[in-house]
Amino acid sequence: MTDMTTTTAMAPAGSRALRLFLRNPNAVAGMLILATVLFAAIFADLLAPGDPLTMVAQPFLWPGQNPAYPLGTDMMGRDVLAGIIHGSRVSLAVGLAATATSLLIGTLVGAITGYYGGWIDRVGMNLVEIVQTPPNFLLLVVIVAIWQPNLPTVAIGIGAVSWPTLARLVRGEFRAIRGKEFVTAAHSLGFSDARIIFREVLPNALPPVVVTSSVLVATAILMESALSFLGLSDPNRVSWGSMIGEGREMLRTAWYLAAVPGLCIFSTVLAFNLIGDGLNDAMNPRLAGRE
Amino acid sequence: MAKTHHGAGRVPRLLARLLLRALPTVVGVVVLIYFFLRLVPGDAADAIAADAGAATSAGMEALRARLGLDQSLITQFGQYVWGLLHLDLGQSVRYNAPVIDLIWQRLPDTVLLMVTAMTIAVALGIVMGMTMARFAGRLPDRLLSVLALVFYSVPGFWIGLMLIVVFSVQLGWLPSGGSGPIGRAGQGWAGVLVKPRYLLLPSVSLGLFYLSIYARLTRASMLEQAGQDYVRTALAKGLSPRKVMFRHVLRNALLPVTTMVGMHVGAMLGGAVVVETVYNWPGLGKLSFEAILSRDFNVLMAILLLSSFLVIAANVMVDLVHGWLDPRIQET
Repeated sequence: MTDMTTTTAMAPAGSRALRLFLRNPNAVAGMLILATVLFAAIFADLLAPGDPLTMVAQPFLWPGQNPAYPLGTDMMGRDVLAGIIHGSRVSLAVGLAATATSLLIGTLVGAITGYYGGWIDRVGMNLVEIVQTPPNFLLLVVIVAIWQPNLPTVAIGIGAVSWPTLARLVRGEFRAIRGKEFVTAAHSLGFSDARIIFREVLPNALPPVVVTSSVLVATAILMESALSFLGLSDPNRVSWGSMIGEGREMLRTAWYLAAVPGLCIFSTVLAFNLIGDGLNDAMNPRLAGRE
Repeated sequence: MAKTHHGAGRVPRLLARLLLRALPTVVGVVVLIYFFLRLVPGDAADAIAADAGAATSAGMEALRARLGLDQSLITQFGQYVWGLLHLDLGQSVRYNAPVIDLIWQRLPDTVLLMVTAMTIAVALGIVMGMTMARFAGRLPDRLLSVLALVFYSVPGFWIGLMLIVVFSVQLGWLPSGGSGPIGRAGQGWAGVLVKPRYLLLPSVSLGLFYLSIYARLTRASMLEQAGQDYVRTALAKGLSPRKVMFRHVLRNALLPVTTMVGMHVGAMLGGAVVVETVYNWPGLGKLSFEAILSRDFNVLMAILLLSSFLVIAANVMVDLVHGWLDPRIQET
C-alpha cells in the first residue's frame, strides 16, 4: 500500500510531513473534531456532573424544547447531553486501548515473522490466516461473551481480532528493510537481534504503521458501538452505542434518541479517518502530489 | 497461452491445489473455534435450565449426560469432528432442532442479503471510483471523496435505523423490517415481487461501508495505472482513450478490488449480525445473535465454521478471477 522506506534522515522529512499535514484542511478539520471529543471526555465530570444514568427531568423532551436540556431527555427522563458527554469516554478509551492492543500483538508478530523469515514466518503467517478467516465481528462477539462484558474485555477483544492486518503490514516493511545496508552493518557490529529489530528496523517501519493506527482507532470505535448497540458490552456504562440501542425501541415516536448519539459516533470516526488520510498524504508526498 | 489457460483439467487441478493449501487453515480454524468456544462459562445445560426457570442438580446431571457434556473435552471434540465429517453439526438446544436444518433454513436469506449488498457496493463503488479518477483533483472528485469518507465512517446499524425513520416511518414507502409479508401475500410470485422492497434498506445499510472502500480503491488504482508506460503505448498506437480506459486501465485497476471483495465476504457476515438484528431479517446474522444470547454452542460453532469456509472459498474464487483478469498471473 505505502512504500515508504525512510532511509533518508528522519527529522527534516518529519517536519515537512507535519507542515503538509497542517496545511491539509481535511486533516485540520479532523483534529478539531477530535479535540472537541477529547475535551468532552476529559472534563466529562465538570461538564455534566453526576451519574448520567439518573433521571433529571420529564421523559421525551425533544432537543431544544427545554434550554436546560439542549439535546432533550430519553424515555427515562435522563439527560441526553450528559449521556453523550460521558459516552465520549467509552468510545475514545476503548478505541485507543483496542488499537494499543492490536499494535502490540501485530507489531510483535509482524516484526518477528518479517525479520526471521523461514519456518517462523510460515508458522506466524498460518496463525495470522487462521485468526483472519472467521469474520472479525462474529469472533469479537464470542470473545466478549466468553469473558465478562466490561470495557477492558471489549478493548482487548477488539485488539485481538484486528491485529492480523497490522502484522501483515509490519511483516512487509520488515522484509523490505532487513536487506538494507544499515541492517547488514548492524549485524556486523554484533548487535543482538532484539536490538536490531526494535532500535534499527522498527523505527524505519513506523510511518505506515502510524497511518494504519488512525484507521484502526476508527474501526475499533465502530466495533465498540455495534457491540454496545446489541447490548453485548458493559451494561453499567453509558456509551453512544447503548444509547442508540435503547433509542431504537422509540424509533417511531422519538427518533432523535437514536439520531444524536449516532452523529457523535459518525463524527468521531470521521475525525480519525480524516487524520489517517492526512497522515498518509503528508508522509507519502508522491501520491498526494497527484491530486 | 490462452489455449492452455482454458484447457481441460485445469480447473480441477487448480481446485485440488487450492484446497490442499487451504487444509491447514481449515484444521486450524476448527480447532481454534472449538476450544475457544468451550471457554464460554456456563454450558448448554445451564442455558436450558435458565430457560426453564428451575432445575435440580440431579436433573442437570442427567441433562449433561444426555448432551454428552459429562465426557472429556478431547472425546467431545473427537465426536464433534466425526459428526462434522458426516455433515452432522449437532443439535441446537435453543430450538431443539438439528443445527444443519436451522442453517439451511436461514442461509438463503443471508445469501440474498449479502449478494445484493455486495453487488450494490461493487457496482456503485467502481462507478464512483472511476468518476473520481476521471475528475481527479477537481470539484466532482472532492465532493465524491467526502461522500466516500462519510460512508466509510457511518455505523451500518445507525444508517439502517435512520433509513427506517425516513423511508418507513416518515414517508411510508418501504417496510421497516422482516424479509417478506406474512401469510399468503408472501407466497408464490407475489412474494418474489415484493421481496426487493424488503431487501433494499438492509442491503444498502450493509453495503455502504464496502462501497466507500471500493470507490477509494478504484480511484487510487486507476490513477496509478494511468501513469504506467503501457497506457502511453496504447494511446500512442492510436487506441481511443475510451478504449484504453475500459479495456486496459479498468481491467488492471480491478485486480485490487477483487482481492478486497474476497476478503470482505466474511467481514460482511459479521456486519450482517447487526444489520439483520436492526431489520429483523431472518438470516444467519440474527441466528448467531440469538445463539450468543442463549449460549447455543453448536449453532455458534456451525456459523463460525460455515463463514470461515465461505471465506476460504471466496479466496479460491478470487484466485480464479485474477487468472482471468490478468493471464500473466499463473497459479503458484
